[in-house]
Amino acid sequence: MIMHNSLDGRVSCNIMQFMEQQMTGPVEKPIIEFRTEPARYRHWRIEIEGPVAHLIMAVDPAGGLVPGYELKLNSYDLGVDIELHDAVQRLRFEHPEVGAVVLRSGREGVFCAGANIRMLGQSSHAHKVNFCKFTNETRLSIEDATAHSGQRYLSAVKGAAAGGGYELALTAAHIMLIDDRKSSVSLPELPLLAVLPGTGGLTRVTDKRQVRRDLADVFCTAEEGVRGKKAVAWRLVDEVIAPSVWDATVAQRAREAAARTDRPTDAQGVKLPWLERKIEGGSITYPHVEVRCDAGLRRAEILVAGPSLPVPGDVATAVALGADFWPLAMARALDDAILHLRTNEAELGLWMLRTRGDAALMLAYDAFLEAHQNHWLMREIRHFIKRVLKRIDVTSRSIVALIEPGSCFAGTLAELAFAADRSAMFVGDRGGEASAMLTVGPANFGAYPMGNGLTRLQTRFLGEAATIERVRASLELPLDAEAAADLGLVTFTYDQTDWDDEIRIMLEERASFSPDSLTGMEANLRFPGPETMETRIFGRLTAWQNWIFQRPNAVGPDGALKRYGSGQQAAFDRQRV
Amino acid sequence: MPDGMNIDYDGLIPNNVGLAEDQRVRKALETWHPGYIDWWKDMGPEGFQESLVYLRTAIGVDPKGWAKFDYVKMPEYKWGILLAPAVEGRTIPFGKHKGELAWQEVPGEYRALLRRLIVVQGDTEPASVEQQRHLGATAPSLYDLRNLFQVNVEEGRHLWAMVYLLHKYFGTDGREEAEELLQRRSGHADTPRMLGAFNEATPDWLSFFMFTYFTDRDGKMQLEALAQSGFDPLSRTCRFMLTEEAHHMFVGDSGVQRVVERTVQAMRDAGINDPYDQAAERKLGVIDLPTIQKKMNLHFSLTLDLFGNEISTNAANAFNAGIKGRYREDKIEDDHDLIGATYPVLRCVDGEIVREEAPALSALNMRLRDDYVKDCESGVVRWNRVIEKAGFSFRLALPHVAFNRAIGEFATIKAGPDGVVMDAAAWAARAGDWLPDAADAAYIDSLMVPVREAGQYASWIAPPRVGIDNKGGDFEYVQIVQ
Ligand SMILES: [Fe+2]
Ligand SMILES: [Fe+2]
Repeated sequence: MIMHNSLDGRVSCNIMQFMEQQMTGPVEKPIIEFRTEPARYRHWRIEIEGPVAHLIMAVDPAGGLVPGYELKLNSYDLGVDIELHDAVQRLRFEHPEVGAVVLRSGREGVFCAGANIRMLGQSSHAHKVNFCKFTNETRLSIEDATAHSGQRYLSAVKGAAAGGGYELALTAAHIMLIDDRKSSVSLPELPLLAVLPGTGGLTRVTDKRQVRRDLADVFCTAEEGVRGKKAVAWRLVDEVIAPSVWDATVAQRAREAAARTDRPTDAQGVKLPWLERKIEGGSITYPHVEVRCDAGLRRAEILVAGPSLPVPGDVATAVALGADFWPLAMARALDDAILHLRTNEAELGLWMLRTRGDAALMLAYDAFLEAHQNHWLMREIRHFIKRVLKRIDVTSRSIVALIEPGSCFAGTLAELAFAADRSAMFVGDRGGEASAMLTVGPANFGAYPMGNGLTRLQTRFLGEAATIERVRASLELPLDAEAAADLGLVTFTYDQTDWDDEIRIMLEERASFSPDSLTGMEANLRFPGPETMETRIFGRLTAWQNWIFQRPNAVGPDGALKRYGSGQQAAFDRQRV
Repeated sequence: MPDGMNIDYDGLIPNNVGLAEDQRVRKALETWHPGYIDWWKDMGPEGFQESLVYLRTAIGVDPKGWAKFDYVKMPEYKWGILLAPAVEGRTIPFGKHKGELAWQEVPGEYRALLRRLIVVQGDTEPASVEQQRHLGATAPSLYDLRNLFQVNVEEGRHLWAMVYLLHKYFGTDGREEAEELLQRRSGHADTPRMLGAFNEATPDWLSFFMFTYFTDRDGKMQLEALAQSGFDPLSRTCRFMLTEEAHHMFVGDSGVQRVVERTVQAMRDAGINDPYDQAAERKLGVIDLPTIQKKMNLHFSLTLDLFGNEISTNAANAFNAGIKGRYREDKIEDDHDLIGATYPVLRCVDGEIVREEAPALSALNMRLRDDYVKDCESGVVRWNRVIEKAGFSFRLALPHVAFNRAIGEFATIKAGPDGVVMDAAAWAARAGDWLPDAADAAYIDSLMVPVREAGQYASWIAPPRVGIDNKGGDFEYVQIVQ
């Protein structure tokens, strides 16, 4: 076991759950930690020169999350991606002055060799899926920064960018490849490993780079990849640059990209301090978020508390609050809770979402964020909340929202109800508490689009423009159970007599179904309507990848992942399915 | 049809592969030819393109009497495509296809792998010509000048050999790669050669001898491994190239030996007893023994990097596929598939050098490097015999494999020539004792004055015992026309 004392005295243990499964006897459950900060990075460096940040990948071969593999050639595992995710997030919040980020390698001769193959070979299926999901989310967060944050990413590819390495490069808005006759970009997963470029590779090649499909076919089956002018002609990269002018050109492009930003040059960033979290028995406590895990019933209850302090008088006050400003504090806590539960509590198959707080105050916070949406920090916060909600959309757990007296499903927090697979709302009052209310606010009409490009309301009422207009007509009006049900905003309504029993039966029934079929059904039903690059990555690509990850041709004892590196070729079952 | 033994000199390109009947490949090669000549004129030996050089040209590929010597202007050298004769019914000697008939065409699934191996090998051939192009200006004798040019034209021919394979078997990709082989340049910032050691300068003649002894010997090991290939045209090409490579290593081996001979002779004549008395030795206009050791350390360690990572998936794949074998695979008695076998590998664990058993398939680079180190020893023994006979206690020695490495297990540590691991600062403080420094370079450089009179030799090198083609040491091996 790798134990290390973290800087603030807390002890965190970086052994993955799947290793624990291989141990015998009862052991204390080790967890994967998603919280990190630059002082703890082992694999990345952030170097800032005025408006340009360099995000430099120099993976420590001995820094794998678990024993059994070496992270050679800038290959990565979940631990490397956790740091990348943190770095991307910090650049957005802590560095308003940064308008361009250059992704580059700190290792000679290689940009990034992709996900570590031995790690994949030894990982459980569940771990691979979680790893790919998080990695996809991180890749999308990079694109989100370029699209919405005025923080434009560039990739400076020097050395081979293979597989996940090229997928990483693909997240940038501009890809530069050194023309040294060696450096190439490639997606060799299929010929080399009998799997797919599963963190968006296939999809970004066609949808983002718009590489012609037949050329994409050639590219994705050519182990050695493509370099030089052909890489430009095929649109795999934006430009190739001679080594003698490489540094100067990369610097120039970064300056040009930074010059396009609308971020302020003189603003102070907001420090993201170590996120407070207390795990005790079955409960996990953060500021504004509490999780209760019930291993017996295989479910987790997530309770989000709405704001309690008055709305700041002006934007400067909100900035001064920084990470303590409720919308940011809540989003950070909820984000970590989701990641933690997903990775470390795989058997809690059902999440119950609850809220509490003052709905009117919640709407006032929404109004504040909206009024200042062009302020760099308020903009960041809204996009962050958007990404947290998107994590829920792609989480493989059954999600039920319980709208009860005292709850705060209004505006931003109402999105939780719309993100759930189903919701139940309490009719009438309960022991003197005021009746449960659901309040739709302006935030529900565009602040937090899903991966399919639609709001959760548009997705819910697909093809029902009239219904959406009816909902809009009750903007900011607290709706009781009857009104909410009438508008189609909740699934069930129960009064005091039935509530406890109905909820218990619903949850018990859900917990009895096959987790796999639930995951498949939920992932399908959550994304009706149009496809986007993002939905294709999570839906189609991931589904195919997960299918392949289960098949003997990849993971059987004679499969390509298992045999990789042994010199022996995989033995394939040649039947096409 | 050619019988594979005689060479067709009728066309533009001498060959024993029936090029006259192979329209497609002949056209491709004829298209490539002018670019090659341009490359030779631009990047080949500087200043001697018009000189008449007493060169050996192949006239047949059978082991006896395949060479013919004559005066040739280098740009008119008969570069050709020469394969060792086909062996009837040859089978694949190792890997998972062991026992199947050797491939006469490239198997589709191994196309990329084979092409990569051929391109890397091909890239080293013109690279060394480029590295050595300035040496003509400072040759210590006409004999040495001729040997340099012989090596150069044969490296050029080796390029032809690889280009033939690319043109014949790898379609448009092959033609593109062949083109790029002419465009990369040793040591160029924008278009370097593919492997590190081939981008280093060869600044002086001792470096040249060391290079041909140590680095050409890497070429030999690679060619030996590829000569075992189940892809028969590659095997036959490499087998013929090996006959030429032997001469290159002879140039290095005998060159270093003559330097040592001259040094110890001068020391005896002057009555110097301490081989470490560099200042005294240098006064004699010879290269002192410690400096020879330093040059050896440098070239040996740079060349070890060419063997790549000790543990290599690519090497394992290439073996299993029947593409690249072990050194003298045909002489090894085992199952030739290595599944389940292990091989001891030197690894770096927590900064210490330890020997560990590793899967033999993954450890093939290590094995080839071990064979290489053994092969290197023979010359060192001969050189030491010269020193011993002269009565000096000094002995040359190969440095430890962990010394001065940039690739593989030892890239992350610093070890002395004796293999003792130390910290970077301690190593840096002693680097000047182990590797040639600026003062050594300046001294050697001061000795590099051309000697162009037949039978005359520079102060720092002994004449050869026998000349080339039974000519004496005083034969006019190069008729210089400038
Ligand atoms: Fe050669
Ligand atoms: Fe050679």
